[in-house]
Amino acid sequence: MSTEVAEAGRAEAVRQVGRPADRFDAPEKVTGRAKYAAEFPYPDLAYAALVHSTVARGRITALDAGAARAVRGVIEVLTHENAPKMRPLSRLNLGSFVKGTNVDYLGTDQVHWNGQPIAVVVAETPEAARHAASLVRVTYEELPAKLDFAAEEPHAVPQKGNAIMRSAADKGDAHAALAAAPVKVDLRFTTPPQNHNAIEPHATTAFWQGDRLTVHDTTQSIAFLRKHLAMRFGVPERNVRVLAPFVGGGFGGKGMVWAGTLLAVLAARATGRPVRLALTRESVYHTVGGRTPTVQRVALGADRDGRLTALIHTSVARSGGMPGQVTAASRHLYAAETVHLRQSLVDLDLLPPTAMRAPGEAIGTFALEAAVDELAWELGVDPIELRMRNEPERDPLTGRAFSHRMLREAYALGAERFGWRERDPRPGAMRDGRWLVGMGVATAYHPSLIMPAAATVRLGADGTVLVRCGLHEIGVGAATAQAQIAADALGVPLESVRVEVGDSDLPAGPMAGGSAQTASAAAGVLAACDKLKRQVLALAGPPLRGRKPEEVQARDGGLHVGGSGMTYAEILAGAGRDHVEAAVKAGWARFLARTARDGRRWVRAASGAQFCEVRVDADTGEVRVSRWLGVFDVGRVVNAKTAASQLRGGIVMGIGLALSEQTLVDPRTGRVVNPSLAEYHVPVHADIPRIDVHYLDDPDPTTPLGLLGVGEVGITGVAAAVANAVRHATGRRVLDLPITLDKLL
Amino acid sequence: MRPFAYVRAADVDEAVRAVAGEPGAKFLGGGTNLVDLMREGIERPATVVDVTALPLAAVDDLPDGGLRIGALVRNSALAADPRVHARYPMVSQALLAGASPQLRNMATVGGNLLQRTRCPYFYDAAAACNKREPGAGCDALGGFTRGHAILGVSESCIAAHPSDLCVALAALDAVVEVRGVGGTRRIPMAEFHRLPGDTPHVETALAPDELVTAVELPAVPVAARSRYRKVRDRASYAFALVSVAAALEVRDGVVADVRLALGGVGAKPWRARAAEELLAGGPADEDAFARAAEAELEPATVRPGNAFKTRLARATIVATLRELSG
Repeated sequence: MSTEVAEAGRAEAVRQVGRPADRFDAPEKVTGRAKYAAEFPYPDLAYAALVHSTVARGRITALDAGAARAVRGVIEVLTHENAPKMRPLSRLNLGSFVKGTNVDYLGTDQVHWNGQPIAVVVAETPEAARHAASLVRVTYEELPAKLDFAAEEPHAVPQKGNAIMRSAADKGDAHAALAAAPVKVDLRFTTPPQNHNAIEPHATTAFWQGDRLTVHDTTQSIAFLRKHLAMRFGVPERNVRVLAPFVGGGFGGKGMVWAGTLLAVLAARATGRPVRLALTRESVYHTVGGRTPTVQRVALGADRDGRLTALIHTSVARSGGMPGQVTAASRHLYAAETVHLRQSLVDLDLLPPTAMRAPGEAIGTFALEAAVDELAWELGVDPIELRMRNEPERDPLTGRAFSHRMLREAYALGAERFGWRERDPRPGAMRDGRWLVGMGVATAYHPSLIMPAAATVRLGADGTVLVRCGLHEIGVGAATAQAQIAADALGVPLESVRVEVGDSDLPAGPMAGGSAQTASAAAGVLAACDKLKRQVLALAGPPLRGRKPEEVQARDGGLHVGGSGMTYAEILAGAGRDHVEAAVKAGWARFLARTARDGRRWVRAASGAQFCEVRVDADTGEVRVSRWLGVFDVGRVVNAKTAASQLRGGIVMGIGLALSEQTLVDPRTGRVVNPSLAEYHVPVHADIPRIDVHYLDDPDPTTPLGLLGVGEVGITGVAAAVANAVRHATGRRVLDLPITLDKLL
Repeated sequence: MRPFAYVRAADVDEAVRAVAGEPGAKFLGGGTNLVDLMREGIERPATVVDVTALPLAAVDDLPDGGLRIGALVRNSALAADPRVHARYPMVSQALLAGASPQLRNMATVGGNLLQRTRCPYFYDAAAACNKREPGAGCDALGGFTRGHAILGVSESCIAAHPSDLCVALAALDAVVEVRGVGGTRRIPMAEFHRLPGDTPHVETALAPDELVTAVELPAVPVAARSRYRKVRDRASYAFALVSVAAALEVRDGVVADVRLALGGVGAKPWRARAAEELLAGGPADEDAFARAAEAELEPATVRPGNAFKTRLARATIVATLRELSG
């Protein structure tokens, strides 16, 4: 355990952290004052709309923009023939890390997927831009394209791993152990492609003044986007300002730089006007990647007592974007004697996939946890009991310690609160009128990561605190959480703390991804608060003069030793200062070194137990989730209200994954067939029951404040819990998501 | 959206004349479907004639115990009408099973009759569609067909009719009153919608200048005991995979009267006359319900993506009749 971290966790008596504080931005959002990327006004603002390709692969042989140009109000139609060129990506630039695709938009006549943007219309009104875009006529020379995931799956190639994201593992001879196992299951699962449907479609407002660029964007990664834009448009990074004070949901879909952002900036440069490009929902489907489809095999061998002798989990997913860690949970969840894990990828001529809430883990835990449930059926053992028999003491593959592991506690508490004992284990035995009732469980698991984050903390002579960190308010209450943390660290009331976020002029915050933003920013904010306290202490007169920082407590708006102390206002007034400020920088080298070091020492993750009750219509096979309970080990909880909302939101998204969400890609054309909220079925309110969320609230000893991340663990295990409940209700094991009624007829 | 002229009509005749004089003009009611289609570039009217100010928003009693529903009655208003609740519960249930409260507050009864299919290939201008462009071909054939019809389809078009309300209207033998420049006429519901054949772009019996002015529901005593059951891919805000509008009266174990219509499976709102004929005068039991359902579905033409609909329709018909007979 690192000592500085332990002290940070212990020194402050917890006052604000853990409270269900109302989020600071609620009044702004409720009254509509909160401004999003497509809402910043500029004089002389022009509007852009995209023209999408209608073939999957080929080259443009002719592009007739005559009719589009003739539309009243059209300023420019940018195509590969007239658009300014963007610079290529550099391997050495961290901004390349957030490229959504490798495509050189409007740089060539090449078409790489059906729906790729091939022209941009800029006009005086959004209506004129969209109408003109519909008039652009394009002819193509079509080339053969690989469009059918199922057909290409046999040609998958091994996925490359790295130190942080490993892709293969072996322990013993799992195939031999499986063959010899007295009890086994060997199942093939499929999960479909899915698309991002954040409430706010992607939007960009871009404004050039000479070589200086201002961009309002729907981004989860301000700092990387800034680097990326500077690189692509050949200007110094300091010339680029990215603003994203509010983002209407991210889920990974706004982590990478997609066509809309680049083309808005390009259009602004080409026309010399501020340009807004607010994507239609359909354009989001055509330009922003989603969740990869997978084919997975999970084979489990066990002795007659249910102890696992073999665990095989292999996956085939799509290449491109950020490769998901589909088999990651299988590394850590079960004490199997032998293990065989492989991840493979196929190349397709479609828009590449990207991160989508627990990118590999959401679907990997579906296959693993459904297979474990099926093994429980084979053995005639309660599925919770089977998991407990295989709960490892140390990481099964590496033998390393778990920094935190409370799955036994999570299942015990969950079983009690959910009424698991009332479950009649026989399939189809629980009935309520026309409904077959089923109960299922599954384990949630998501690795815990901390990324570099810079922050400054400024203490005013009036005792107010300003925290500045370029983190992202993507709907999670991020600023409020950091205010709670700073309030406790400095011993001031929550109302005294203001937090500035969402601006590249601020110290670079972490990306809002990997469930890491709050913990990462907390590390920076805590370090800055610590530094600030030392600076303030150095300014203080008696009774604080000469005291060591470790002796001093921050509370009641000042610093105290035992019963005596001074307020910050007194200290600053005495020193003749109107403020004190401390800054902490983010170091990527230090981050990589620490991540590697931590990875050698322990395995760190958020986890939980998902409990689901479903009702399946005995006649029609309609599945309705009727009850949900999740018990989570997410370390310490910063804000009881917003953390519960995130976990609950993950479960809602998981119910969509389980029952209804699916992007239909026509294998003949590569065209997305259902690019709308009417036809792509995210859950609606009527699909979601009351969701009870509990967390164990036990700080992890290895992270600042003991946080493990709450953004993604909530979705993991959900699809399996639903599938397992359906299995219990009907006796039918559905292996292919989504679990639609036709699979149960 | 392409530019268009907007005209607000002050009376029915003015509206009809405005459309009759403008090729490609469209009446605008609630706009919940037409405006969507205009945004997608599927409907491209040069002129839109707004009829929402016309005096067609009343629900009146008919002397025989039926109801005359003005074409501009909003879906939410009709669903809440106590007379509809009492005499035709299936109508109220069908309306409430459709869309969302916001859409139901806008959508009109007349517009509901003219809803266009949700076939995704119809909605995608890059796809081939005989309904959108006669003779272009049909990308739904060999494509994703989960939402498509299995009854009344042709090799030109397998699109399903999307309306919930129309299924109930079909079961009740509603009559559609329309006005054109040539005067008023009454079209029985069974003749209002057309099967695709080789002209799937012709969807109704309406002439281009004709405006739906009212829908009449005759007195149907059996409908007081009726049900609209909609089966779909999520609990709300989705189109029917299968829906059933049914009314049933059983006397001494024998079916004394029955009405049955299907949604989600037909190229038009599907009155299940074969099933009704088999049921009438026969036993009201599970076997009879199943035989009737099978008879109705016997001519189904299925594709890999919608083959489950015959099983689902059968199960839903049986379950709905069982519920009504219990």
